[in-house]
Amino acid sequence: MSVKLTNRQVGDVTVIDAVGRITLGEGSSTFRDTLRDLVAKGHKKLLLNLAEVSYIDSSGIGELVSGFTTVTNQGGRLKLVGLTKRVKDLLQITKLYTVFEVYDDEAEAVRSFA
Amino acid sequence: MADNQSGAAKAVETLLESTLDSVDEAESLVIDIATKAGLSEDDLHKLGMAVREAMVNAVVHGNRYNLKKKVHFSVENSPDRLTVTVTDEGEGFDFTRLPDPLAEENLLRQSGRGLLLIRAFVDEVHLELAPPLGTEVRMIKFRSPS
Repeated sequence: MSVKLTNRQVGDVTVIDAVGRITLGEGSSTFRDTLRDLVAKGHKKLLLNLAEVSYIDSSGIGELVSGFTTVTNQGGRLKLVGLTKRVKDLLQITKLYTVFEVYDDEAEAVRSFA
Repeated sequence: MADNQSGAAKAVETLLESTLDSVDEAESLVIDIATKAGLSEDDLHKLGMAVREAMVNAVVHGNRYNLKKKVHFSVENSPDRLTVTVTDEGEGFDFTRLPDPLAEENLLRQSGRGLLLIRAFVDEVHLELAPPLGTEVRMIKFRSPS
């Protein structure tokens, strides 16, 4: 199953809810395309909710990084919330914990954009 | 066929197509074998991820999606370990010259983390050029003592 993305607004923060696997192929390009579309439409405060993401491979990590770079270069901010232990471990292994702001609680994450 | 001295048995030895479907297939095969071998859920996840990364490297970088090239895939089940070998039919590469994905200047690169994850998720990794084939990646996951 590839990743399914939906988004919703919490104030001026766009929360992107991801469900499934972010892996090489359809899964990773869906993520990339969605982020680019949102930024192009002016959404600058993006919170990616990964609570229902069961699996990310190195290509998926690459898409997270690519998304972060895209959003940041266009003056936006991308943060992460709801990571499972396995995804947190991946970010630790790849040292990307030093790049992304990661939150366990959505409300706290939303407030951090203020 | 079992190797009587080591007790190892080839659980799977097959040729896979150079497609992303083969990545899924290899991951499923190894998870199935490893489950029957009694690996823990955590070890299953890690081994599956490592195999997936090795297969992606073989399909994408080794064989470059060339359908005329195959990925040689085998799983060997020993009393103390599972050994998964993935070999492409590419041209090989210099493993010593790969950029360090953990270097500050490389952290925001989109790719280059596959080997890092393989090494993190299995107990031993052996990379070799395997002429006349391409690159062989042999991954060993030791069984936890019961």
